[in-house]
Amino acid sequence: MTDTAIETNGLVKVFGDNRAVDGLDLTVPAGAVFGVLGPNGAGKTTAVRMLATLLRPDGGAARVFGHDVVAEADAVRSLVGLTGQYASLDEDMTGRENLVLIGRLLGFRKPAARARADELLEAFGLTAAAERQVKNYSGGMRRRLDISATLLNTPRLLFLDEPTTGLDPRSRNQVWDIVRAVVSYGTTVLLTTQYLDEADQLASRIAVIDHGRLIAEGTPGELKSSVGAGTVHVRLRDPGRRADAEKLLSAALGAPATPDPDPRRVVVRVPGHGSERGAAEDAARALSELAAAGIVVDDFSLGQPSLDEVFLALTDHPATSKETAA
Amino acid sequence: MTTTTATETAEPVYVPAAETIGAVLDPRERPARPSALSASLTFGWRAVLKIKHVPEQLFDVTAFPIMMTLMFTYLFGGALAGSTGEYLQFLLPGIMVQSVVMTTMYSGLAVNIDIAKGVFDRFKSLPIWRPAALVGNLLGDVLRYVLASLVITVVGLILGFRPGGGVVGVAAGIGLLVVFSFAFSWIWTMCGLYLRSEKSVMGVSMLVLFPLTFLSNIFVDPSTMPGWLQAFVEVNPITRLVAAVRSLMSGNPDMGELTWVFIATAALLAVFGPLTMRAYNRK
Ligand SMILES: Nc1ncnc2c1ncn2[C@@H]1O[C@H](COP(=O)(O)OP(=O)(O)O)[C@@H](O)[C@H]1O
Ligand SMILES: [Mg+2]
Repeated sequence: MTDTAIETNGLVKVFGDNRAVDGLDLTVPAGAVFGVLGPNGAGKTTAVRMLATLLRPDGGAARVFGHDVVAEADAVRSLVGLTGQYASLDEDMTGRENLVLIGRLLGFRKPAARARADELLEAFGLTAAAERQVKNYSGGMRRRLDISATLLNTPRLLFLDEPTTGLDPRSRNQVWDIVRAVVSYGTTVLLTTQYLDEADQLASRIAVIDHGRLIAEGTPGELKSSVGAGTVHVRLRDPGRRADAEKLLSAALGAPATPDPDPRRVVVRVPGHGSERGAAEDAARALSELAAAGIVVDDFSLGQPSLDEVFLALTDHPATSKETAA
Repeated sequence: MTTTTATETAEPVYVPAAETIGAVLDPRERPARPSALSASLTFGWRAVLKIKHVPEQLFDVTAFPIMMTLMFTYLFGGALAGSTGEYLQFLLPGIMVQSVVMTTMYSGLAVNIDIAKGVFDRFKSLPIWRPAALVGNLLGDVLRYVLASLVITVVGLILGFRPGGGVVGVAAGIGLLVVFSFAFSWIWTMCGLYLRSEKSVMGVSMLVLFPLTFLSNIFVDPSTMPGWLQAFVEVNPITRLVAAVRSLMSGNPDMGELTWVFIATAALLAVFGPLTMRAYNRK
């Protein structure tokens, strides 16, 4: 019962004539980060809300740690926590009051609820802001408070719906560190995202969904190998060495150079290897070979395949949003 | 959001530490699920805290009743009862009912705003007695009703209101009004759940509350009204409530009116309680 955190069979949610989630089959193993990757409007939020018992499915079934999300909703609620895409905090109250409120609602007595709140504020770097109203918090602080409120009851499964969308890079890195810490202590995390690199950084398995359907599922390595691990861009000082550079690079990276109009630029799409760091290692080796051959490189970059490239590879169509605003 | 980023940079940069986060995740004994009463009271505490943080919201339950009392006492007093002092004895219980019943619409507004802001998502995902969030909000509202009633009583006493029922009569009148209003607020809570925006909740409640409070026995004796209007005023629940509150405050409780109000209170709860919960669960 414990190795599978979530199992869904043909999960469906319909809004009017819009099939937001359209027969979703997912198996989420316990004890790891599971990434759900998809563009805006793919049905990520809808799916997560059904799994967290906030929305009733219109078809199919879902079980969380063996409990049916409809028939045993209360059992599911006591095992999961959801940090939604939009903060579910009381803006008028202070950070501390928000946590004490949730603690009290979970059944902690007042002193225990206060102690628990302080402990969480400390762990999430919010002690200094504890007495401030949430409406004066920055986006990153809000997100951390929201996550800490979700962790108050030490859920076995944590849902994070687009936890970094709209955050600045530093806050995003903090959230990533939090996710890594949480999962290293045994909590299962289901994280939705629109960014391939986020899923790649955090998740041990990724499900790609589009129009409410699962279009691919696997480890980040497996996914990337179906897409290509990324693209190497090299800018040469001397355009005359381009032919040599192309030959060296395509040999080192195991892929032909992509034609590029810029005579000083060499672009190679790196095929996936099934291993996480393969592309970076290959690229580093290729660079040192260029240096050894006396070819001067002015600029170099290794780009992750974008979500668009993933979709192109998996569906033959780019990631189109069903809606413009989130 | 851009304005608040500055506040964060002024503080030391937070670096999440795996051990501290691990420590708060340590599975410990989970407390037992709170009882329905305790969960509701916790939400009531939240409502009180919100009043503390946003005291402006009390303006409606203090300034508005004071204004109403002064306005109508001096506007109608001379013409209707010969003197303002005499009119006040008749008007005060009525104006109290009007002010409090008017404030019931804030229950709907509060629920609507909570839903728009997403806080209810968190509450709904907790394993607690489902109606607790709504009941707790209403408990906070009850506090406002009591406050509004007390403000009006004090203003009335200053202006010369001398109720025959004394302290006990006035307290009983306020008690009856508050209990009825608690039941009545469920209507607006339900509207708050169904209607899309804060504005439409406001619009609908105004549309109902204005005729209900003005076309009643609050300002004048219905026997002076044309027959068709009298017919409406007589069936208006606010008329019955005002008559009951007046009877309590004057020291001659009218059992017929009181029974009517209790039945109406029970009926409101029995009908709108479940309807509201259905709307809440479907959200
Ligand atoms: N409450 C709702 N009512 C009607 N349509 C909705 C509702 N919630 C989501 N949708 C629609 O369902 C689809 C999936 O939305 P959502 O689950 O929010 O996607 P994502 O989280 O992946 O961006 C979208 O087309 C969206 O417009
Ligand atoms: Mg979403």
